Amino acid sequence: MGGYTGEELTAIFLMQGFSGLSLFCVFLLMALGLAIIFGQMGVINMAHGEFLTLGAYITYLVSYVASDVWPFLLDYYFPVAIILAFVGTFILGYLVERFLIRFLYNRPLDTLLATWGLGLIMQQIFRSTFGPREKSVVMPDWLMGSYQATDMVDIPLNGLLVVGITIVLTIAVFFLLYRSRWGIKVRATTQNRMMANAAGINTERVDRLTFALGCGIAGVAGAAFTTIASTGPTTGSLYIVDTFLVVVFGGAASLLGTVASAFGIAQAQSILSFFLSGSMAKVITLMTVVGILMFRPQGLFASKVRR
Amino acid sequence: MSTQPVMKASWMDKFGGRGKLIQILIIAVLILGVLPLFSDIFRLNLYGKYLTYAFVAAGLVLCWGYGGILSLGQGIFFGLGGYCMAMFLKLEASSPENTAIQSTPGIPDFMDWNQLTELPWFWQPFHSFTATLILIVAVPALFAFLIGVAMFKRRVGGVYFAIITQAIASIMTILIIGQQGYTGGINGITDLRSLMGWDIQTDFAKYVLYFACCAALILCLLAGQFILNSRYGQLLIAMRDQEDRVRFSGYDVANIKIFVFVAASVISAIGGAFFTLQVGFMSPSFVGTVASIEMVIFCAVGGRLSLIGAAYGAFLVNLAKSSLSESFPQLWVVAMGALFIAVVMLFPRGLAGLVSDYAAPVRNWFASAFKRETVAASGPETRPSAPKPPESKARDDVSMASAQESH
Repeated sequence: MGGYTGEELTAIFLMQGFSGLSLFCVFLLMALGLAIIFGQMGVINMAHGEFLTLGAYITYLVSYVASDVWPFLLDYYFPVAIILAFVGTFILGYLVERFLIRFLYNRPLDTLLATWGLGLIMQQIFRSTFGPREKSVVMPDWLMGSYQATDMVDIPLNGLLVVGITIVLTIAVFFLLYRSRWGIKVRATTQNRMMANAAGINTERVDRLTFALGCGIAGVAGAAFTTIASTGPTTGSLYIVDTFLVVVFGGAASLLGTVASAFGIAQAQSILSFFLSGSMAKVITLMTVVGILMFRPQGLFASKVRR
Repeated sequence: MSTQPVMKASWMDKFGGRGKLIQILIIAVLILGVLPLFSDIFRLNLYGKYLTYAFVAAGLVLCWGYGGILSLGQGIFFGLGGYCMAMFLKLEASSPENTAIQSTPGIPDFMDWNQLTELPWFWQPFHSFTATLILIVAVPALFAFLIGVAMFKRRVGGVYFAIITQAIASIMTILIIGQQGYTGGINGITDLRSLMGWDIQTDFAKYVLYFACCAALILCLLAGQFILNSRYGQLLIAMRDQEDRVRFSGYDVANIKIFVFVAASVISAIGGAFFTLQVGFMSPSFVGTVASIEMVIFCAVGGRLSLIGAAYGAFLVNLAKSSLSESFPQLWVVAMGALFIAVVMLFPRGLAGLVSDYAAPVRNWFASAFKRETVAASGPETRPSAPKPPESKARDDVSMASAQESH
């Protein structure tokens, strides 16, 4: 880092920090659903990226309808799209749990393979339905501009929206898991299924709703994703390996850990990519994460629960 | 009359008994005799390529089926073996005479395109064929050993191991693609023509390489059978089913896992080296996460508890892949996905499981038809060919789950 003055370095860190912020949002949005499905239920859902893609395609369809059929609705379609994306992925997640995951709870490695297969099928369905080319949503006017913070710093509004959705969603997941009766049931089921059953919790129903909710969150994440990037059939699967690493690195059952590790990995990657090539930045970041995991396999913020 | 099989069994038992040896013999006849007789050299070369995946699948049977360690990064080792071989062949192909038009003659063409003027240090050993042969085995073994020590000594297992190996496979791909000047980038190492002055693109050479690959595969299957039927193999199964109990009996569970992981990686690497020789290039697409997880499905389809089944699985899935994806590329992806789900939901023991379920009545019929010797022979032998009855399979899954929870 020889040739840079302190001031320039600060500027670089700020600039790259902002670009890292959008990567952070993508990681965290995807990781939130995984933190529920993997962190709470211990199920590896390799099709999680495809659920995100599904949410993104639903948003695309809504924006398409809004811009072509009822143009006066263009300004307001986004909230509708978020709700529809959630509902669509929630229902699909519910069905997947009912017909696939349910039979594999005591075979985690097999779940991994089955959901990978599901992901392949979903990808191909996307490809046949929407074509292999990436689709972009029609953005409403109010998302197009940018917010001028100072003379130098200039933040695009769609980026701000994604950050906002990420924050709201994270807080919502936190309250759902740690401050609601449903969260208590989920955690009770995770910690001791037999006792939870004995205490009158319908654990099968809890499992089904938990999985469906995790998928629904992926759908909302997909809706948010459309505002910063275009959607292709393999969009979600591009991030799946990284996101699993994010969740494991943070400590599977810890929401705070997931947020911290998503932030750390995204920022490290984007700041390093200024000094090195993009691929080397990613290699170094991921290798560091894998290296740390070897010394601390339980992740950064391990829960105190005996497992 | 009844004493004879017992006496013979003493050396055969080391490989799982006469039944297993006959099954390996059948494979040998199929790949060394039947396939070459009934297909032209173009097809045979393709079959040889499919058989290189049988090495990986056999390795996965050892470490996943019997060790309970699912590695989603077997492509790393397949790739390391393949790249070691490719580097040797590439250096031979880019001798100073062949590359006289380059600005720096004597280095591979992609290095020249990327403004490298000197051969990097890690390419130097690949001038020698002996060193290459050693490195094909040593590099993956060392890498697997390092991963194994780091993971298993810290008691990382189950899903975490799978995720981390997948991440390592992903890192490897990014690294190879990113370091274009040193590795050939996304195109890989191409234009491999000769092995120690011997043109490997002629039909005769392709025959020789095919037979060498088959011979190596059969040796690997025998070695795998030997491992599984040794005392160590018993320990491996015990560890998969009751890890804590083995640990409390005084064994170092981590060492058992490290050994099986290294063994699996070495077998995969040998497959990779033959892949390069037969296909004539090596590229990062055989290393990454997608390739690696496909290798798991070869093993799962064949039967995760049967070395021999896995070899059939690798061959058949690849055969289906190339015939389906030639005519209906879209259908193949869906078929592949459905295969993943079906093999997990409907037949977790794979083809080998189906065969042992449905072949047992047939074998019994034969046994009653030719009563003389088969009664004596098939009694002890049908048992090892169906190593795990369904009940113990269920228990194994539960123990896999509990092993994961205990970490």
